[in-house]
Amino acid sequence: MQKANINGKVWRFGKDIDTDLIIAARYLNTSVPEELAKHVMEDADPEFVNKMTPGDIIVADENFGCGSSREHAPIALKAAGVAAIVAPTFARIFYRNAFNMGLPIFELKEASEIKEGDEISIDMNAGTITNKTTGKTYNFTPIPEFMQELIDAGGLMNFAQNEIEGKK
Amino acid sequence: MGQTITEKIFSEHVGHDVYAGEIVRSPIDMVIGNDITTPISIKAFEESGAASLANPDGFSIVLDHFIPAKDIASANQARISRDFAKKHNLKNFFDEKDMGIEHALLPEKGLVVPGDVIIGADSHTCTHGALGAFSTGMGSTDLAFAMITGGNWFKVPESIKVVLSGKPGKYTTGKDIILEIIRMIGVDGALYKTLEFTGSTIEHLSMDDRFSMCNMAIEAGAKSGIVAYDDITKEFLSDKDLAREPRIHYSDDDASYSQILEIDVANLDPVIAYPFLPSNGHSVVQAVADKIKVDQAFIGSCTNGRLADLKVAAEILKGKKVHPDVRLIVTPGTQKILREANHLGYIDIIVDAGGVVSNPTCGACLGGYMGILGDGEVAISTTNRNFVGRMGSRSSKVYLANSAVAAISAITGYITDPR
Repeated sequence: MQKANINGKVWRFGKDIDTDLIIAARYLNTSVPEELAKHVMEDADPEFVNKMTPGDIIVADENFGCGSSREHAPIALKAAGVAAIVAPTFARIFYRNAFNMGLPIFELKEASEIKEGDEISIDMNAGTITNKTTGKTYNFTPIPEFMQELIDAGGLMNFAQNEIEGKK
Repeated sequence: MGQTITEKIFSEHVGHDVYAGEIVRSPIDMVIGNDITTPISIKAFEESGAASLANPDGFSIVLDHFIPAKDIASANQARISRDFAKKHNLKNFFDEKDMGIEHALLPEKGLVVPGDVIIGADSHTCTHGALGAFSTGMGSTDLAFAMITGGNWFKVPESIKVVLSGKPGKYTTGKDIILEIIRMIGVDGALYKTLEFTGSTIEHLSMDDRFSMCNMAIEAGAKSGIVAYDDITKEFLSDKDLAREPRIHYSDDDASYSQILEIDVANLDPVIAYPFLPSNGHSVVQAVADKIKVDQAFIGSCTNGRLADLKVAAEILKGKKVHPDVRLIVTPGTQKILREANHLGYIDIIVDAGGVVSNPTCGACLGGYMGILGDGEVAISTTNRNFVGRMGSRSSKVYLANSAVAAISAITGYITDPR
């Protein structure tokens, strides 16, 4: 199945962006996506929510999403309209949560070459990210085969539903 | 081909030999949720159409983060778990009665045992590896999948063998060892891997030390931390009504490791992790030279809220007074720890010294409640993370340390060497 490209303007963050920066624990007394979205990235950049527009893309350095297992982090990013996240590496739990939440994330070794304000285009069919501002195209690290199977099955919960149906 | 302890645990669970890098679908012995992560799992569980839990006795909900409720939203959020526990007649549901921080409570209850595969919707679930189990944190949706199916998928992790040698000094603890490891390899130094703790130091480390070490494996990006079963584990388990028979595994001599890390613990000073990453470790000697004034000292959390922590705090605080400019907050990990500390006289000593003792909760550690830092304030804290804003204001600072350092610093008002 052909997937549409993700095109968007880049907001740039550094390395080791932890889940407390993505959504601070003081807001975890709810899991309502719209409420969480109001505070996304607040402790990393209090102005982020006001500056960004839905469809924008976050590009960060190594180890994005380290720290807690809170799924509120990908939920908040997705609900705020962040279209995708690109980083050289992601923390393990965040990586899994993002797929489970349907938030597109891409591992790109050369992420540091992408700057704030650049326009990029992610082609999931070709496995490439093009920086339209500089004209450079990169190959992102392929999604592990098993993860791809889960995605093709409609995600982890669809996978579970199929099993429940099978038992009936 | 030799196997690590982690590979053996997975092999036993899936019924054939597996090795690092393989994707396996494994049954899970214990699935753990808390008041802030389980509501998302419950929603996913209910939307899936599942009628019942695959393994009801292998599921625990512990209300520990914002309970007793810190505000109206927290009270409403807790009710989602309470209603679910009632509806499904959940045996392992821990509310405001027999409560505690999940990673202190479950070992105490015998609900996590050696040889288990354990997941929890909390990143510090890696704590339980101290019992010789595979234990890791996941998100709420992965938790829901395990609630529905009784298992989940795992990539069998590669292991880093940490070889600890020598007997630690009086005030060098499991906390200092793990802070030193994180300082050496960084916050992503063990990404996707297991930290397997071995060596001659292990026999000198109590279970409380081992829980602290495994607890912060995640702070090096690790999937899990593990210490093999020995006489100290056996002694810890001896008075507990265990949920399952322990299954004891040891790594083979020819097991393969991605890295071997050797640390001389005999000469290790207490370690202080400066803001804003747990990898920013410095010797306490350096911290003393830096004259770091503190506004708050905190002793507690799933890292250091155990009886040994309250004991050392009481020994240091006995007959002393907390500095007039400092607030000391002590949060026992569980009701049982609180009761024992009280029985042993530790609570009286702490209160007499001017410390405040709270109910068991994760609250202060993650800036939830019960010890939030104001603008520009500095804390010496026995918790596990010192990220920007972790314990409160974005301009506050957290220095991570062991409980002896926190207690002595509460008296002097500056980060102080307990030796």
